[in-house]
Amino acid sequence: MTHLTLTARSNRGAGRFADRLFRGSSRLAASVLVALLILIAVLLYLNSRLTWQTFGLAFITGDTWDPVAGIYGAFPFIVGTVLAAGIAVIIAAPIGIFTAIYLSELAPGRLARPLTFMIELLAAIPSVVIGLWGVFILAPFLRGTVEAWIVSVFGWIPFLGGPAYGIGLFSAGIILTIMILPTIVTISREVIGAVPTSQREAMVALGATRWEVIRRAVVPFARSGIIGAVILGLGRALGETMAVTMVIGNKDAIPSTLFDQTQTIASKIATSFSEAQVGIQTSSLIALGLVLLVMTVIMNVIARLLVWRVAGPVAGE
Amino acid sequence: MASATPAVRTGRLTGTRASRRTWTDRIMRSVAALAAVACVVPLAAVLIFVTINGLAALNLDLLTRPSRAQGIGGGAEAAILGTIQMVALATLIAIPFGVLAGVYVNEFSSRRSARGVRFAADVLVGVPSILIGVFVFTFLVLPFKQYNAFAGSVALAVIMIPVIMRTTEEILKLVPGTLREASLALGIPAWRTVLSVVIRTGLPGILTGIMLAVARAAGETAPLLFTALGSRLVNVGDFSRPMDALPLFIYTNARQPYELQNQQAWGAAFLLLLFVLTVNVLVRARTAGRRAQ
Repeated sequence: MTHLTLTARSNRGAGRFADRLFRGSSRLAASVLVALLILIAVLLYLNSRLTWQTFGLAFITGDTWDPVAGIYGAFPFIVGTVLAAGIAVIIAAPIGIFTAIYLSELAPGRLARPLTFMIELLAAIPSVVIGLWGVFILAPFLRGTVEAWIVSVFGWIPFLGGPAYGIGLFSAGIILTIMILPTIVTISREVIGAVPTSQREAMVALGATRWEVIRRAVVPFARSGIIGAVILGLGRALGETMAVTMVIGNKDAIPSTLFDQTQTIASKIATSFSEAQVGIQTSSLIALGLVLLVMTVIMNVIARLLVWRVAGPVAGE
Repeated sequence: MASATPAVRTGRLTGTRASRRTWTDRIMRSVAALAAVACVVPLAAVLIFVTINGLAALNLDLLTRPSRAQGIGGGAEAAILGTIQMVALATLIAIPFGVLAGVYVNEFSSRRSARGVRFAADVLVGVPSILIGVFVFTFLVLPFKQYNAFAGSVALAVIMIPVIMRTTEEILKLVPGTLREASLALGIPAWRTVLSVVIRTGLPGILTGIMLAVARAAGETAPLLFTALGSRLVNVGDFSRPMDALPLFIYTNARQPYELQNQQAWGAAFLLLLFVLTVNVLVRARTAGRRAQ
């Protein structure tokens, strides 16, 4: 913040008016941005009031979603969302953190730059394109290789049994892994970059190897920011819609195995919303949306605070 | 740790320790490099398959014909025109809000409210795009009982605004304070200083941010599902009716059980990816160059 905040005012009446107008409209634009966030929450709540009045908090714990009987419960979708995002974070966090370490601490510049560039490109690929690739290429591939292997070796463990369809929870988790990797890598890299050089130099002077420098000087310093990056990835995984909708199988039930077809909150909304009857059905889908909004906003607020603490307001994403 | 212990023994001990340390160092460094490779593999896989399948499906019909009933072909004309129109309108809506909010944060606001707005923008970026679609549905579709392209554009604009605001603000931060001082010292009013000096100086950067936001909006599907809905008919200019978009076209055609429809999805995905990646490569190549200087 080295710039000069403009405080000088023009003396002429017209100038002063123009000044005020410009200041006012820019303040208005900024408040629209803040208002949008509040408005999203308020409108989602108002339009789902019917559901909250009918079911109360039992909506969240209810495990039946039956439009014919008029019973709506969000629990299966909350479970599906958390499981899919959980799988993604478990796989993406170590890979992403190691990649960030490699890019900022180990790789020579002529390698780090193109790699960073490619990971940013991965983030730019539209979700629906990843989903298309997921349905026709990745899911059949996983079914024949990884899933078949897990079932044959670990199939005796209840949650890891077959049958494996390719389309299902596991594929959704892998797709989400791919989609949140860039978030985790990019933010972790910024955070690690903010670690003062003196920290590293002190360790090097003590005769530490490069890994020891990373392990004992860099990572501890950047820890809360790296955790923030992972939570940010988790937030993205919870709300990611199109690619997940295309590979998760869209079955309204709590999955009984890792490969079962299931549904996340976002995929449920995406597949059911436009055919829903206006009334309790639409209201319940919007209530689902509100649950998702609360989950993702909490994740985002925690994550941003952690990241800001280490690196300041980075551009991110 | 010297005197009493024989020199030879210490030497051997530190020797094994040292080699264990070097080995750990080597192994962990290779693990890190492998992780980086693992990140790039999916990018390569997506690019390769979309290019191969997309090019095979690409023909003049796909570009110039409207889509037809299941299984008998047609093209993505309605989707291409729809994406162009809706993204254009969304950009027109988002630019003033995004740029002005960025100007406010960097030029006029107190440090505290700047932090607040910036934080709100970051959280807004994190709101799942499907919820943006539901949000816009509640006030632009529900009251009129009619899916419409205008609602689609507004939803895309909501997604673009925080992106434009953050890049604008980052760029204006780089405009030297001396330029502002020089302008103010000449008696030029603040609004004029911001418009003709600050924004003018940061303009290439702001345009870069806008282009990235356009590329992002062009690829968004979820916000359009319950707003613009998608349509098989070519719709030029009527924003009160449903309109198709390339991402919607890909989504619906990927779900069809017909081979031909699936191929069209690949073709459209290739077009979309080509646009999105071209913008990203051009923009990022430029900014990377600037950062290096």
